Amino acid sequence: MADNSNKSANHQKGDPNTTGHSWDGIEEFDNPMPRWWVWIFILCVIWSVGYWVVYPAWPGMNQATSGVLGYASRAEVAEEIAAFEERHDVLFAQILETEPGELQNDQDLHRFAVNAGASVFAAQCSQCHGAGGAGVQAGGFPNLLDDDWLWGGSHDEIVQTVTYGIRNEEYLDARYSQMPAFGRDELLSEEEMRQATHFVLSLSGSDHEAELASAGAEVYDYNCSSCHGVEGEGDTFLGAPALNDQIWLYGGSEEIVYESIYNARFGVMPGFDNRLREAEIRAVAAYVHQLGGGE
Amino acid sequence: MLGYIKLAVLGLAVVVAAVATGLARDLSYQIHALIFMVSAAIAFFWLIRRVGEPAPVVDPNTYMDGPVRFGVIATAFWGVVGFLVGVVIAFQLAFPYLNFEWAQGFMNFGRLRPLHTSAVIFAFGGNALIATAFYVVQRTSAARLWGGSLAWFVFWGYQVFILLAATGYVTGSTQGNEYAEPEWLADLWLTIVWVAFLIIYMGTLIKRREPHIYVANWFYLAFIVTVAMLHLINNVQIPVSFLGSTSIPVWSGVQSAMIQWWYGHNAVGFFLTAGFLGMMYYFIPKQAERPVYSYKLSIMHFWALIFLYIWAGPHHLHYTALPDWAQTLGMTFSIMLWMPSWGGMINGLMTLSGAWDKLRTDPIIRMMVVAVGFYGMATFEGPMMSIKAVNSLSHYTDWTIGHVHSGALGWNGMITFGALYYLVPKLWQREGLYSLRLVSWHFWLATIGIVLYAASMWVTGIMEGLMWREVDAQGFLVNSFADTVAAKFPMYVVRGLGGTLFLTGAIIMCYNLWKTVTSTAERKPAGVGSAVPAE
Repeated sequence: MADNSNKSANHQKGDPNTTGHSWDGIEEFDNPMPRWWVWIFILCVIWSVGYWVVYPAWPGMNQATSGVLGYASRAEVAEEIAAFEERHDVLFAQILETEPGELQNDQDLHRFAVNAGASVFAAQCSQCHGAGGAGVQAGGFPNLLDDDWLWGGSHDEIVQTVTYGIRNEEYLDARYSQMPAFGRDELLSEEEMRQATHFVLSLSGSDHEAELASAGAEVYDYNCSSCHGVEGEGDTFLGAPALNDQIWLYGGSEEIVYESIYNARFGVMPGFDNRLREAEIRAVAAYVHQLGGGE
Repeated sequence: MLGYIKLAVLGLAVVVAAVATGLARDLSYQIHALIFMVSAAIAFFWLIRRVGEPAPVVDPNTYMDGPVRFGVIATAFWGVVGFLVGVVIAFQLAFPYLNFEWAQGFMNFGRLRPLHTSAVIFAFGGNALIATAFYVVQRTSAARLWGGSLAWFVFWGYQVFILLAATGYVTGSTQGNEYAEPEWLADLWLTIVWVAFLIIYMGTLIKRREPHIYVANWFYLAFIVTVAMLHLINNVQIPVSFLGSTSIPVWSGVQSAMIQWWYGHNAVGFFLTAGFLGMMYYFIPKQAERPVYSYKLSIMHFWALIFLYIWAGPHHLHYTALPDWAQTLGMTFSIMLWMPSWGGMINGLMTLSGAWDKLRTDPIIRMMVVAVGFYGMATFEGPMMSIKAVNSLSHYTDWTIGHVHSGALGWNGMITFGALYYLVPKLWQREGLYSLRLVSWHFWLATIGIVLYAASMWVTGIMEGLMWREVDAQGFLVNSFADTVAAKFPMYVVRGLGGTLFLTGAIIMCYNLWKTVTSTAERKPAGVGSAVPAE
């Protein structure tokens, strides 16, 4: 054995006895287990047994021991929810009794609604519209801080949008409209779409080629104006965005506008009728309304 | 005769794998079939050149160190790969644009994360365990490995499993069970390799020439047996097709979750704890040149650990659909596990009493001490986090990630580095390591890296736990999830830096070990590798 020889060299003066075995030169002292180790181990076992007596612990044939406290985690959650509801039931009931547009007249109630709405927004809306409500242009998620509304920015309109959502299959009352895909469905030629693109850019005073834009006016008139308006003012009844401002849902570069005309856009939003209570929907509408652009 | 049977089997395997490659229903399966085909073909040609030649004479009184040498190389290689992927995904979390558009579908975070965890646990840790198990069982049994070339099959078979798992992850083949992501084909292959590993280990123990079985071998054996059981039960799956990688799990609902975390926690318990304790029980007394502190403690904490660990899994499922009684048992068994875990730490540290002066001169001992220290810290933190009140804050946060890494980097990483530094000069018959200074550099880089990692994850974990539960005076939630993600950014950068330091240390180690083999003086061969009982 290579290291056989160092067996005795491993020992020092005052060392305890070994167990008498040696493996590849490794020996073992015959030391007792440290007292503190044994005692903490025993205490942990005693504590665990006590815990089993107090809490649900050991399974039997039909059910587990339920523990002397009768604790159940589901009951605990139910209690917390009940306590929260009891605390806010009166105020939520008041929100329901108040017309959404009238909420602002009761300062205390409005403050409560905005606060409650902010927490609903953080949990349910921020994933798409951003934690601060500024939207995400790359994904076509609208900014909620401005006064440019797709489906209307009054209290009632926001409540309607949140309740049923946009272009979903879940609710018959969902907001719905569909722009034709002028390129993909070969409704317009590439040249016409290019012209329309430049006309759209001209509506908001963006950089464009005047020649293409003037040719595009006619294309726009025939194909786009019925929804987006003769001057690009948009129509919140149809969810048609205004094109005469610098606020863009998907971006305002030539390529992105062309892409919008070619493939059309079909932004969706879930309805919250089944996920939130009516009062919570009113609250989140109040919150969104006061973010900056409420009508 | 046996040679011809092997050739026939391998030839058949090549043909079957080739057919499977052609008929594959998905890319992952196709790659896996290809890996099998190439591996079987290489083995076939390797074997055919030796058929008919007289078998090389092996002195049964020498140790079989070939697979151990390869295992050491594989450990170092996969370690660097695993750490590198870890650093990449750490920075992907801090800077999401590192999930490059062109790399979507194979190099985004979701694909690389299981690659990282499996590379470090199973490729780095697994190779370290197999190599050291082969080394230790021979020395402490004074017997050559049982089974002849079967040990080579275990080594190469395990590398094939690693390739199957890794290629599966990046091409999107996963059964979605954490630390058990490989699909049925890879699972079956691992089962074969693992059973061979178990047989070799048992065979060597049975033919040992020492009267007793050394404590390190109890731990290694517990690791091998339990991992086999966990692997089999958590992977009961029905393949959708024998020509596709997808399979349907037999377990469902909360039973599936419970079995997954029974598996998951005991992967920590038996792979990363019991197996590595086996390593600790051999390499610390060898490097310290001192007897193990207490035989009584080792036998008590071994049996307590083995008995208690297997119950602790439900603490991963606190406050879920898991029934309360199971949560209670998971938590209380975790608390009872505290001292049995610490038994290993005490035995490791106290073995050094009488050799403390070596801490000043021997950076390898220093590495082992830090490993045992992190082991003790992580095995205190674990029971604490399993307490339901603590868990309600820590669960789902980065605290868990920090906890895992103080165990994985601190304990598993450092004890493995120590073992590698010990093994390389022995296995390649060198006088000593190329440079102790570089070991010191490795030690400090790794230690500081772990501290940065663990500290940043504590801070960000507790912060996000508090942010999630923060409510205003009226009881409404204050923060959105995105708010917590934004708040974690600086700590994510610190974590990435910690990982970079750890990776740098490992690269220095590889250089040092390489130079040890290639440019240090050879040791006198006197008595090297002879399997004779110590007493």
